[in-house]
Amino acid sequence: MKKWECVICGLIYDEAEGWPDEGIAPGTKWDEVPEDWLCPDCGTGKEDFDMVEV
Amino acid sequence: MEQALPIIIIGTGLAGYSLAREFRKLDDITPILMLTRDDGHSYSKPMLSTGFTKGKSAEALSMADPGKMAAQLRVSIRNFTEVSRIDPDTNQLYIGNEVFEYKKLVLANGASVNTLTFPGSEHANILSINNLMDYREFRQKLNGKQHVLIMGAGLIGCEYANDLLSGGYQVTVVDPTETALNGLIPAFAGKVVIQGLAQSGAQFRMQCFVREVVDHDSHLLAILSDGSQIETDLIISAVGLKPELALAQSAGLDCHRGIITNRYLETSHLDIYALGDCAEIDGHVLLYVLPLMASARALAKTLNGERTQVSFSAMPVVTKTPACPVVVCPPLGQNGEWQVEQDDINIKATYLSAENEILGFVLTGNCVSAKQSLVKEVKGIHL
Repeated sequence: MKKWECVICGLIYDEAEGWPDEGIAPGTKWDEVPEDWLCPDCGTGKEDFDMVEV
Repeated sequence: MEQALPIIIIGTGLAGYSLAREFRKLDDITPILMLTRDDGHSYSKPMLSTGFTKGKSAEALSMADPGKMAAQLRVSIRNFTEVSRIDPDTNQLYIGNEVFEYKKLVLANGASVNTLTFPGSEHANILSINNLMDYREFRQKLNGKQHVLIMGAGLIGCEYANDLLSGGYQVTVVDPTETALNGLIPAFAGKVVIQGLAQSGAQFRMQCFVREVVDHDSHLLAILSDGSQIETDLIISAVGLKPELALAQSAGLDCHRGIITNRYLETSHLDIYALGDCAEIDGHVLLYVLPLMASARALAKTLNGERTQVSFSAMPVVTKTPACPVVVCPPLGQNGEWQVEQDDINIKATYLSAENEILGFVLTGNCVSAKQSLVKEVKGIHL
């Protein structure tokens, strides 16, 4: 399980936690998150996220 | 065959680059010329106030230099370039004596900082940080220093206070109001932000302002309105932003607090649009990233021939103050009452209408985890 960080606002997407509020189940890998998913804090697109080392 | 006229974007901040990126997803052919008076590096402005917490230098906060951006977005970029004037009647703009004709023009040149004037306010060690170049200078000047005085306990002041504490600096925040984040969150929440930052080592001098700054040995001496004095090494001025209007005004575009646009981001003149911190969209100046991104997506479609309005859903503002995190969805209007649950610095407060609808909320400390569920419940702040 990896973590991804939004390069614009610093929001962390943690694969272990998913994003249940938007229907993304815990354990969902970043690759499996829908391409049109936007950062909930700043609205940046998925392709603009960077991976954070864990 | 005549070459197609370009879309010209003034500004290479988050607004300008986001628009170019969104537009390129729709149109790979129309030439784009981007003009900026700074160095044209791509960076995230909100991340500037997190450099120490994330262990990033000014160089590391730059995501790409203009050459890389030009290649990536297939645009031309001219940095260190000041636009002399715009002639909206002929769709032309001037850089000195050079004339550029545009198909569409987008003003995305941001906001400039408010400044205070007092004896000594021109001192070289009093800084505002409004872009990556400012940030680079700030980090250079900070080298070997110990104490920083921050004028302003708003969002930016509090974020820099927290970040400097993370970097091991001593910090004093001076602000004429009574609580932190005044105007953004209610006083009961502002108090705990002060409490959280104070527990991490920040000093606060509220209901006070800097009256004068003088040199004192190798330090600065700030004389406050109550007569007290603070010895410091560097002063950050964080007293608010105002949309950049000079160029728009000189071109005769209608301006109020920002450059006036409708929901299509159209200004008062044909083929000229405004985006981001410089814009006043349907009466709203929204100096945050979320509305900016929504605007960039809508404008990209409009520029591609599909005229698209922008609308904003509930927009929580998150402050990067780990000593006391804050999420706020400011209520529109004042026809409600705060309902507050508080445990130490942890607050969950909702602003309720007479019908018990949630009109806004503020969360602090470990209560910020309730953000996602509350955002969905908020009524009436869809702008």
